[in-house]
Parts: sequence; structure tokens; C-alpha cells
Amino acid sequence: MDYDNSKPIYLQIVDLFYENILSKKWREEERIPSVREVAMMVEVNPNTAIRAFTYLQEQNVIHNARGIGYFVSKNGYQSVLNIKKKEFIKQTLPDVFKKMGLLHIQIEEVTNAYQHHIKTIDHEKK
Amino acid sequence: MIRIKNLKFNYPKSRTILEQINLELVPGNIYGLFGRNGEGKSTLLKLMCGLLFPKAGTCHIFDQPSAARTVKGLQDSFIVPEDFELPPLQIATYAKVNGAFYPKFSLEQFHHLIREFHLDTRNFIPTLSFGQQKKVLIAFAIATNTQLLLMDEPTNGLDIPSKSQFRKIIAEAVDDGKCIVIATHQVRDLHSLINHVVILDHAQVSFNVPLSEVSNKLWFGKPPQGISEPTLYSESSFGGKVVLARREKNETEVDLELLFNAVLSRPEEIIHILKTADHEPAV
Repeated sequence: MDYDNSKPIYLQIVDLFYENILSKKWREEERIPSVREVAMMVEVNPNTAIRAFTYLQEQNVIHNARGIGYFVSKNGYQSVLNIKKKEFIKQTLPDVFKKMGLLHIQIEEVTNAYQHHIKTIDHEKK
Repeated sequence: MIRIKNLKFNYPKSRTILEQINLELVPGNIYGLFGRNGEGKSTLLKLMCGLLFPKAGTCHIFDQPSAARTVKGLQDSFIVPEDFELPPLQIATYAKVNGAFYPKFSLEQFHHLIREFHLDTRNFIPTLSFGQQKKVLIAFAIATNTQLLLMDEPTNGLDIPSKSQFRKIIAEAVDDGKCIVIATHQVRDLHSLINHVVILDHAQVSFNVPLSEVSNKLWFGKPPQGISEPTLYSESSFGGKVVLARREKNETEVDLELLFNAVLSRPEEIIHILKTADHEPAV
């Protein structure tokens, strides 16, 4: 894993989990790797991995079945979707808007680009 | 696990390298020991395991003076020095002969680690390169499963893939009962493993703080636009990097290099901020 310099590593691990859940690599109520396995996978101190697990439990994305391990929660996918949507609206979009201002890009240009993007995807599917 | 009180040390006919060192190391942590060249990092590691004796003050390991070199102390501690010489043996023979001194030594684990490092236990040690010999020593050190593991520049000489391998191995090895101390300049190799920073400067321990506390109180990164608050430390590399008091700002990852430079240049200010209680305006 390449680390983003500014974001705490534990939150970068959280993002990795979110990605796995959104891409359905990890499905709801399926078992996920242990703290130590994750620590080894991303080459971090197990304490950092524990922090990521604790955070995800607080968000109700994963839960701990005592003695067995950690699982994606029943509504884990939906929870992650809500979290990431909120993040997109609150963080990603304002960044885009700021750049649009700097580069004098009108919303029409963005709409056009978006529609073109959708068309290409549909075309590829066919 | 290690308790050092008012320790002083100098080599014969030379200046005092360590003066009034006070330090307590507890299990469950990976300590990063940092300091400029010649600040006494390696010397301190040697004092901890009884290879050198304090000139004044005390250094206790498992509640016994490290200089006493008790059997219990030696069985449960291991040092990987920066320079070392291994005997002219096959890797397997080396493990058999030396593993006997460590009650918790696991031959199975050793073989597993040797394979991870792409070596073969039938290799004859003197035919191996420096980096490969270092891997043998690191694999052996981990397989001894000692409570205390001291490592001096462990990633020196390791090739690029092995550094990642090394981090995996350490992440696997550490547990609540173990105390690992790594002295290094290769901050980038190891920053994701270390959870407690100790900095030696001017023959003293000038900084000794868990990283969780550092990231709680300090903010690292590119200077936010239009900041009005005073910067604690700044570097003018690409885009600029600063250390600020965190206050209400989002948590950032600790930039160990930046922290190290900040502590060396403005120790009082940094420590003052760290001592300020949560949610109290830092002045």
C-alpha cells in the first residue's frame, strides 16, 4: 500500500476496507481477515490496524464475533455507501468546484463530459 | 522491561556520549530510536543488553542490572547489531547451534522466515552477500521469540523487496509481550511500524512520546492557505511542509522526518504543545 502522506494510516486502512466492501470483494456477513493479517498485508504496526477495526465497528460496518473473528455487518454495504456518498458531497465535490473556478470551467462543460462518459460506458457494454 | 535511570556513559578517553539518560521501555511497543550520527544510539542499545556497562546510573532489564548479564536476561533478549560476523557454517547448523541458547526459539518459524527471505537453509553463510547474511541474522533474531529485541539499522543492506518483507515479518512478530527497539536513520522504511518515538540529542533523551499522542497534538502537512497561526517548524521542500499545533484540525499522519527535524531545532516549543492538555488553547 502506498501511503498518502497527510491522511492517518488507520484511515487509509479504513478506505481500503470500504473499497473491498463497495466492490463486493467482501460481502455482507462474510468473514474478513484478522487484525494481524491486515497488519501484515499493509505492513503496519498491529496497533494501527486495531484502530482501523475499532473505527469500522463504531461505524457499524464490521462486527466482531467473539472467538471467531470479524465479519462485514448485515447492512455493511449500505452503511459504506452512505458514508462514501456523504464524503463525496462534502469533500470531493467542493474540491472539484474549487478547481472549476480556478480553471473557469462552466457547469455545461462538465455535464457534456459526463454525458459523453455515460455514452462510452453504454457503448462498451454493448 | 527496561528501566534506565540517570545513566552516563563515555568511551575511554573520549567525551561523554550519554549524560543523564532516563528511559523506560514497556512491552507491546515498537520503539523508534533516532538521533544524529554519533549521538549514541548504538551505544545505548549495547548498554541495554549488557555489552557495555554504565559509567554512572543504572540500566535494568527484567529488573536486573543489564551488566549482570543474568541467564534469564540473556535468554530473553536479542540484539541485531549494525556490524556483525556470523560463523562459517551452514544456515541450518547455525540455527541448531545457537538456537539452543534461547528457550523460545522456534526452528519451524526460522525455516519459514528463511524461505520468506528467499534463502535456503543449506546455504553456507560465508558465501552469502552482506544483505543475505543480515537476513539470516534477522530471521534468527525473530525466531528466538525473545521478549526484548534490539535492532540497529536493520534495513541497511536489504534490497527493496526485502524491506517490505521485513515490515511484514515485524508486523507478524510483535505482540503485547514483546518490546522491539529499532535504531535507524531509514525513517521511510519503518515509519508504519513504529508506535513510539525516542530521540537522542545533546547526550540526552530529548523526546520520548507515543505516536498516538504526537498525532493528537501536532499537525503535519502542506501549509493550509491563509493560515494565521504561528508555524512550529517549516521546511521549504516542494510546496513546503509545516508542523502546526493540531487544535481543531483533522488528524494527519505523523511525518517522522519532519518531526525529527522539528524536535532538533525547536525542542521546547514542540514539547510544550505536547504537554498541553486536550482542548485547552495552546499558547
